[in-house]
Amino acid sequence: MGKRVLLIEDEPNIIEAISFILSRDGWTVHTHEDGTSAMSKVLAMPPDMIILDVMLPGRSGFDILRDLRGHEVTKSTPVMMLTARGQDKDRELAMRLGASLFMTKPFSNEEVRNHVRNLMEA
Amino acid sequence: MSSGSLVGSRIREKRLDRGLRQAAVAETVGISPSYLNLIEHNRRRIGGKLLADLARVLEVDTALLADGAERGMLDEMRSAAASLGDQVEVERTEELAARYPGWGALIAMQARRIAALEEKSRILTDRIAYDPQLAGSLHEVISAVSAIRSTASILVGPEDIDQDWQRRFHENIHSDSLRLANSSEALITYLEAPEAVLEHSGSPFEVVEGYLAKSGFHVASIEDGADPAVVAKEAGLQGPAEKVLFRVLQVYAGDVAALPLAAFEKTARTLNYDPAAIAQSLDARLPQVMRRLAQLPPSHGHPPMGLVVCDASGALIFIKSVPGFTMPRAGGACPLWPLYSALSRPHQPIRMDVQMPAPNATRFLCFALAEPVGPVLFDAPSALQSMMLVLPDPPESATAPHGVGLSCRICPRTACNSRREPAIGGVGDKTEL
Repeated sequence: MGKRVLLIEDEPNIIEAISFILSRDGWTVHTHEDGTSAMSKVLAMPPDMIILDVMLPGRSGFDILRDLRGHEVTKSTPVMMLTARGQDKDRELAMRLGASLFMTKPFSNEEVRNHVRNLMEA
Repeated sequence: MSSGSLVGSRIREKRLDRGLRQAAVAETVGISPSYLNLIEHNRRRIGGKLLADLARVLEVDTALLADGAERGMLDEMRSAAASLGDQVEVERTEELAARYPGWGALIAMQARRIAALEEKSRILTDRIAYDPQLAGSLHEVISAVSAIRSTASILVGPEDIDQDWQRRFHENIHSDSLRLANSSEALITYLEAPEAVLEHSGSPFEVVEGYLAKSGFHVASIEDGADPAVVAKEAGLQGPAEKVLFRVLQVYAGDVAALPLAAFEKTARTLNYDPAAIAQSLDARLPQVMRRLAQLPPSHGHPPMGLVVCDASGALIFIKSVPGFTMPRAGGACPLWPLYSALSRPHQPIRMDVQMPAPNATRFLCFALAEPVGPVLFDAPSALQSMMLVLPDPPESATAPHGVGLSCRICPRTACNSRREPAIGGVGDKTEL
């Protein structure tokens, strides 16, 4: 079984597309759509890396990232932030909170695959 | 020539317009014809009660006789110069205005227009950055585009895809394209209506002050007992401005009920517009008297009176300027104004004779008072407001007036301990304080 990627994203068709391309690359992809319960999901089965959308129902990706970095289990887990807003201040905030990478929508599939591979091999 | 030195010429012009004899006018206001002659030839300074009396006899607004327009224009020209820093010969502003009044007016008008456009620009920038409706629409569009791009890339990629997955991805693209069409349409509709947003440009306080300024801050309908809600609605202001106007008119109506115009006007004249004396005479609250003085009808020959109100943060929430005492909403006013001193001494009225910097060196008598507004509760901070009434050209006092300014950027008092920021080049360089 390949390493586990947890995709926390609320857009069903984006979930389907990313899950498809990463699964095809051999990663085991789990998904979660809600911000409020995202941390519980992570801790229930800690993944090898997380793809985290910023705008989620219930709780923002920034708040979840802050919790991830504050928790012993997930403080070093690679996190790639995903957002439709490419503003500098969002990027700066994500990196300040400890994101490993920040990717803006719309993204290319190759970009996603390369980043995941690099973060898993780092 | 200083703009203030032309008051006499205006008095002469208005008297001749009305066909009045110099001796008759002089007798009516209680001065000798020779003294009026000196005034009319700009050889004696005039202000205060005598100016108001002459305005009443000549049936003109006091502010029109005073050099209000010119002084306001000079302040605006200096503020415009501030935007270019050291490159403008600020010390020659008056000379420019005197020699080329048309150009001076143009500069002042352009400065106002630039300030208004900058405010609109700020509103639009804020709208793009913070408007949740716009952010939501853009998020919908970008999400749909992302899903379509990613899904389409899978379909056109070199790898074989199972037929079920192909069908599923085609359906996804179809649903996302419909979603994209709808969200794009909503976005375009939203972006096509910027004027609706810009109608609300400018702070609501400025919009309300603009409305009140048209009638000299005297609202005849409220004086006649009209319902503030009806007057506010009929004013045609929109959004927050209408609400601010309603609150202002509610207070105005309360002041009218407590201090009806006819009796108040008579007392104000008798007591030479001294708010403390008026309050004592009419057994009225000082803040109400100060507001009523600023609401006196401009056509009745009263001296021009300014009023400014700030909240506990020092932000100006009501401005009625008076010639020579411009009250800048943007950029911060002079911290030496008694308006701000009163904030640290609530309930304690402050009377202060102040003087603007040279070359105008105009004097004003200021009355300031800070009081809580709204309910006063235990265990909760009170909302504090400070109010300052400004009367031009007070009689000479025994003590020297306090030096104040309008705003640090155009103030030549270089040694001021309260200075926030340096003055622009040219201001103060050659000015004797």
